[in-house]
Amino acid sequence: MTAHVSVSYAECSARERLARLVDDGSFHEWLPPAQRLTSPHLAQLGVPSAFDDGVAIGRATLAGRSIFIAAQEGEFMGGGVGEVHGAKLVGLLRRALRARPDERPDAVLLLAESGGVRLHEANAGLIAVSEVMRALLDVRAAGIPVVVLIGGANGCFGGMGIVARCADRVVMSDIGRLAMSGPEVIEASHGVDEFDARDRALVWRTTGGKHRWLSGDCDVLVEDDVAAFRAAAIGALDASTPVTLERLETEHALLATRLRLLPDTVDGDEAMALWAQLGVVDASRIPDLDVDAVRALRTV
Amino acid sequence: MSDIAPGLETLDYRFPGQRPAGAFAPVLVGVVGSGNLEVLLEPADGSDCTFRIETSARGFGPIWEAVVRDFHRRHPLAGVHVSVNDMGATPAVVSLRLEQAVSELAP
Repeated sequence: MTAHVSVSYAECSARERLARLVDDGSFHEWLPPAQRLTSPHLAQLGVPSAFDDGVAIGRATLAGRSIFIAAQEGEFMGGGVGEVHGAKLVGLLRRALRARPDERPDAVLLLAESGGVRLHEANAGLIAVSEVMRALLDVRAAGIPVVVLIGGANGCFGGMGIVARCADRVVMSDIGRLAMSGPEVIEASHGVDEFDARDRALVWRTTGGKHRWLSGDCDVLVEDDVAAFRAAAIGALDASTPVTLERLETEHALLATRLRLLPDTVDGDEAMALWAQLGVVDASRIPDLDVDAVRALRTV
Repeated sequence: MSDIAPGLETLDYRFPGQRPAGAFAPVLVGVVGSGNLEVLLEPADGSDCTFRIETSARGFGPIWEAVVRDFHRRHPLAGVHVSVNDMGATPAVVSLRLEQAVSELAP
């Protein structure tokens, strides 16, 4: 008998997540650190490079099935997407498209942890992120599901937030965060009265896994546990959903409805007011509930 | 005001080794984050142990030399190249990372 020892997904490095998420010893890395495919920009700015430019890519098996997988390292430049980092993600996705029938993966998994574009690399990073989106949508169109897993301490923001929402399926833990502009960016541009980035409870109410689950922006809500992420990833191996005009229009209608749910001014907390408008029972208690309890309350 | 120019500093060290590492798959430990570093061990020709350190904290050459010399005294590896990307790690953290890398090298 072996007891299940919970391992925090958030506390793992990108490479630890890779090793623990896929079948034991099955990860085969492409462009590994020893190849030194590093950033051509950082050294000029006096910033040290990482041998893998903050992302590991390769193939592996998951529950015996072939997958392609990438993991971003949030501790290196906040997981920021630079030119090389982005090119590795694009290369992985394009390789899935070009693979011979016997090498074709059943899914592509992105273990996202990123603040978005690496601002040190400015335009190159922006272009890289847009190329990732295009390649991801091409992979979806080919019928290969793309699954994004979000549970790192740095969350998934900016361009990578958009990339996540382009995927077939998004898996989040309650401490994972997903959004476009990060808290500091909102505070810097709109003032502390609009958003206090140091208010952690507010940050998680508006970007955290529970909120994304209740609003329908993530598809699976899990505990902060590598085994739970693995189980959710296995469950998503056949999650391919073609991108069609009808599906896009349904999504737009859903977003338009959500936008109209809240009045112009809200007394009290806006996130809780939104959950209540969505029909979530006991919305004010959501931050105190555990993942199991929140999972049962989704209305969308 | 410091007379040290901004940018990265590159430091190279070479020691004669005594314990041949033989063939091994490259080992990577650590992450280039604030106060942290990554260490890459690779097999190399010859019987020396060589170090290439890229660090954002300039002007600490003598301390780096003491740390890697101390490491090599404990592990006199031969035929190994050690590459470090450093973002201001303290000497103690550097020593621990080097130990971690060697422990993954051991069969």
